[in-house]
Order: sequence, then C-alpha cells, then structure tokens
Amino acid sequence: MSETALSGQKSPTARSIFAALQLDTRFLGMIGAFIVLCLVFNVFTDGRFLTPRNVFNLTIQTVSVAIMATGMVFVIVTRHIDLSVGSVLATIAAVMAVVQTDVLPDILGLGHPANWILAILAGVVVGVLIGAFQGWMIGYLSIPAFIVTLGGLLVWRNVAWFITSGQTIGPLDDTFTMIGGIGGTMGETGSWIFGIVAVAAALWLQVASRRRKASHGFPIKPAWAEITMATITIIAIFGFVWVLNSYDIPKARLMRIFEASGETLPEGLTMGYGIPYSVVLLIVVAIVMTVVAQRTRLGRYIFATGGNPDAAELSGINTRLLTVKVFAIMGGLAALAAAVAAARLGFSTNDIGTLDELRVIAAAVIGGTALAGGVGTIYGAILGALIMQSLQSGMAMVGVDAPLQNIVVGTVLVLAVLVDIIYRKRTGD
Amino acid sequence: MATPLVELKDMCIAFGGVQAVDRVSVDLFPGEVVGLLGHNGAGKSTLIKMLSGAYKADAGEIRINGEQVHIHSPRDARAHNIETIYQTLALADNLDAASNLFLGRELTSPLGFVDDDAMEAETRKIMGRLNANFSKFHAPVKALSGGQRQSVAIARAVYFNARILIMDEPTAALGVHETQMVAELIQELKKQGLGIFLISHDIHDVFQLCDRIAVMKNGQLVGTALTADVTDDDVLGMIILGKCPPGAVPGPGAFVEGVPAG
Repeated sequence: MSETALSGQKSPTARSIFAALQLDTRFLGMIGAFIVLCLVFNVFTDGRFLTPRNVFNLTIQTVSVAIMATGMVFVIVTRHIDLSVGSVLATIAAVMAVVQTDVLPDILGLGHPANWILAILAGVVVGVLIGAFQGWMIGYLSIPAFIVTLGGLLVWRNVAWFITSGQTIGPLDDTFTMIGGIGGTMGETGSWIFGIVAVAAALWLQVASRRRKASHGFPIKPAWAEITMATITIIAIFGFVWVLNSYDIPKARLMRIFEASGETLPEGLTMGYGIPYSVVLLIVVAIVMTVVAQRTRLGRYIFATGGNPDAAELSGINTRLLTVKVFAIMGGLAALAAAVAAARLGFSTNDIGTLDELRVIAAAVIGGTALAGGVGTIYGAILGALIMQSLQSGMAMVGVDAPLQNIVVGTVLVLAVLVDIIYRKRTGD
Repeated sequence: MATPLVELKDMCIAFGGVQAVDRVSVDLFPGEVVGLLGHNGAGKSTLIKMLSGAYKADAGEIRINGEQVHIHSPRDARAHNIETIYQTLALADNLDAASNLFLGRELTSPLGFVDDDAMEAETRKIMGRLNANFSKFHAPVKALSGGQRQSVAIARAVYFNARILIMDEPTAALGVHETQMVAELIQELKKQGLGIFLISHDIHDVFQLCDRIAVMKNGQLVGTALTADVTDDDVLGMIILGKCPPGAVPGPGAFVEGVPAG
C-alpha cells in the first residue's frame, strides 16, 4: 500500500498550485476526461463534434437527465436509491399533457397564457406527492428504497399509461414547448446579458467569500489564485454564451419568424439561437440545489445522515422525515425534467423517460457520488450527465452500432467507479 | 442533603422480551462524577441512553433539579442541557470538525442559511482551549487521529453549556497523553459544577476520576458506593459476583447469601 503511494509520481509543485487554488482535483480530472473525450470525437467526426450546432444539441439533450441527477445526488448521499425516476417522469409528463390539452382548455380556453405554467405546477405537485409518498414508505415504514422504487418503476410507468389510455398526447401548448430546448432560446443579446449577469454574480460571490474569511481572520487564498479562478470563470461563461450564440437559426426558420410578424427578412441577416430556456432552468436548479446542499440545515443533515445515520439521529435529526423530504425533492425535480422532456418532443408519449433512471444514477455516480453515502456534489452530477450524453451522441455521430454504444456506456460506468475507488484510496478521501 | 441534579428512579426498558434495564435508580449531584460499572451487556449504556434520549424508557421517572421531565428524543435531552459523548463518538465522518460540533444546532445567518464561517470561528476558539494542537479544521473528521476525533466529540458536549454530561468510555481509544487531557478536563468541569456520568471499564480510571460508583449486573443495580469507602477488590466483586461490600448501599440486583439475585 505505502509503496505504491510512494512510487506514485506526483509533482509537488502541481500539487501546491492546486492546493492554493483550493480546487477539487477529482472534479478537475473529470473535466480533463471530458475534454479528451470531446477532442477524440471531434477527430473521428472530422470536426463535426465540436461545432456550435452539436454543442447546442448536447446541452439540450443533457438537461432532463441532469436536472434529475442533482436530486439523485441527495438520494444516494443519504444511502438510498431511486429506480423509479424514469417512470415517475412518464406519469408527470402524462399529467402535464392532459392538464394542458384536456383540462385547462375547457376551463380557460385553448392557448390561454396561463396554461403552460398551470400545467407545470400541476406536474410539480404530483411529482412532490409521489416522491413524498415513496419517501414515507422508505423512512417511516422502513421498506428498503430499492424495493419501493423498483415497485414504483413498474407502477408509475403504467399509471402514465392509464392516464393517457396509451395514447400519445399532443401537440402541447406553444409556450410550454419553449422550455424543451430549441423551441425557446434567449437570442444573442439576451444571452450576452445573461452572461454578463452571471459573471458579475460569480465575481461578487468570490469577493464576498474572501472578505468574510478575512474578517474572521481565516487563511485566505493568495491573490494570484483568486485572479486565476476569476479569469477561468469569465472565460468559461462568456465562451459558453459565444458558442451557443454562434449556432445560427436556419434561414427558412428565420423567414417564417419574420413572416409571422408581417415583415420580410432583411438580406444577409443572421441570428444565433443563444442560450435555451431549458439550460437556464438547469442552471437555476443547479444553483438552488448547491445552495441547499452547502448552505442550509437540510443539506447539512442530508450529508450528515449519509455519513453516519446513527450520529445524525443522536444529534436530534429526524432522519425519517429527512428521507421523505429527499424523495419529495427528487419527485419535484422529476417533474421539471418531465416538462423539459415532453416540451422537447412536443408530445407526451408512453415511452418517455424509459431507462432514464439508469442514466440519472450513472450521471450521479460518474459525477463522484459515492453509493456508500455521505459524498457527492451537484456540479459533479451535472458534468456526469454531460459526459454520458456526449459519449452516447458522439458514438452515434461516429456511426458506432447501437448495441456497441450501450456496451461502451455500460463499460465506462463501471470503469469510472473503479477509477474513483482507486483515486479515493490513494488520496484517502 | 441538596437536591440531586439528576434522579433516575426505577428505570425499566426491555428489548423483545429481554429486560435490559430493570428498576434501576441512580442519582447525580452537581460537581459530582458518578462512575457506572458493569460487564458488557450489564445495561450501563442502555440506562444512560434513556437519559440522553436515544431510547425511550418503558417505565421510570427522570427528575432534573427535583422536577420530573420527559425525555423522548435527543432534542429533549439537549433542551435540559444533557450532553452525551458516545463510545462510538457519533461523528459524521464525512463532515469537518465545525459541522460535527454544531450538528443539529447550526449557527445560521439572518437569512436562515448555515453560517460556516461563524461556526469555524467558534470551533477554533473551543479547540484552542481543549486541544491546542488541533489544526485540521477543513478536513473531514475521518482524516483525524483518534485523539483529535475524541476532542471534537468532547468539544461538542462542552460547548453548549452542558449541566449534565454523560461520557461513555471516553478514554477507550486514547493514548496516555490524551487520557490525561480528558482527566484534567473532567476535573475542570467538576469545578464548574457539572454533574458527570462516566461509563468505564478501567477500574484505575474510575478510582482516579469518580466520587461515587454505581455497579450494574444483568440489567439491575448491584449497589452504589463512595469510591473512598471501597477497594478495587470490592468493586470487582460487585461487577463479577454482584456481591455488595459493607461500604456500599445495596440495590435490587445485589447478591444475597443463599438467595439468587433478582
């Protein structure tokens, strides 16, 4: 053990740089792996992988699974599992579809501006209730989460079928479909404004954190480390906006947009899509979930319970109620994911969300969530979802046969966990 | 005589037909250390867990400063300023020292968010008093040594102005130096007027630290005695045979010649 640790070639200077930056080296490794993956696919697709168009598509394909993966982090951190999220997503999508195509048009009228938000609210309520119910069975009746959600996997898939009588429901409300991805984007100007606000917020947080640490007299990062971090943040945010803005709306579509408002398309005008609303939703979810994880009692108790359930209970934490809350959050996020998934298709179908539970769990685990509990990050899970999606669509673009694609994805999942185990052993994390 | 700080009267609890604690009565006065002794499985930890709120008693009465209280959860116990250091330390290994110290009682900012910096500042203060060598404030506690982990557990019990402290095998995992540190701490807390229940297997510790001992066997109280009135051998006789020496006050579990205990 100690010999391997000693022979491990680790440059002390690189280490001290990372220590000064206080970066999560594991997360850096994942980013590195992701970049290598993208570059390899880019070579094999003759440069088609890293085009604005494909980056745009990758982000909107990732959103639904990524939203649920943030909730799965909490579930797995508390030593549970949720196998039902794909089926719950289907039930909620069915509810939202029926509400906006059957129920609300009778009450408010077809195309009423409030239809989309009421449909989503109905879905969120159903999702939270389903999650809380499953959490209650796990927390208060002490049925293992694996069993409750395995049952849920079958139950909710078929509840969805009952709700829709097996039919595909649609077309969905026009405003509703805007959170699906390509149907609703912020445009170039809006995206730049969003980027500037994001940069300002990130920098302000960094300064505020430094001031707070200094006021308590804690050790603070050296100035160069702060500046490096700030530069990376600015480049990342503006780079992301720039890439998404570079994906131009096709000319035919632009002409339709202009015709709809009774104008003609000026010669030579191009417009970029910019940031999709679904990605904004994911960013908001990520921020809220990160704040919950790091800055609230609920988050602290989730991690404490995952680290040592007995200690949490002896500290006066109601771990049963906590389980209900964790699964209710998972249900609510499944509802948001359902809205994105259904809006992206424009319909609610019977097989919507099929196998999503496995993608979501894989994303969380690749993102560094330990099944033993107590460890996991929201940003890791989102990166995990992005890696899974890149792998899948990259292989599809290269032309890898469908069965081989799944073989590779499965293998990568197992290998990722193996690498993680080795990494944790070495660093003693 | 003054009112006891804690009175446990006829405490009973059973687990699936096994009477783990059977009509045990013990009391504790301010500034006093009472050692609880007995074999493994004698019921010491179980008795104490009824006071700390981890278990709910089937029968019996808990009085604090003469007033009857009901303790149904660890929160209730904490509300009565009862703090416990468990044998297992009950730390969340994945969290840092400050998070563990304040677990269940986090300091929050005016907006209701957890204030990590304030908690770290408080943790640095109390650790500076308890264990000046402690420096790993950002590491998860699983990265700490046994002694450091113990000092986190002790800091958690002491920080919140405990009046009644329960220590379950506080020195079992410690080296000589750290054991000495715990002994000094107990002396200091005694001076401040805390009452301490100390569970220990180490007879030497018990004689050094405790004013009084209470011995349990098979869930029953064998007897209580002032440490000054009994010898090592007397205490061993109480633990192993349930025999009460002349210097002790016999309890319901005392072995009487010719009559089986109980």
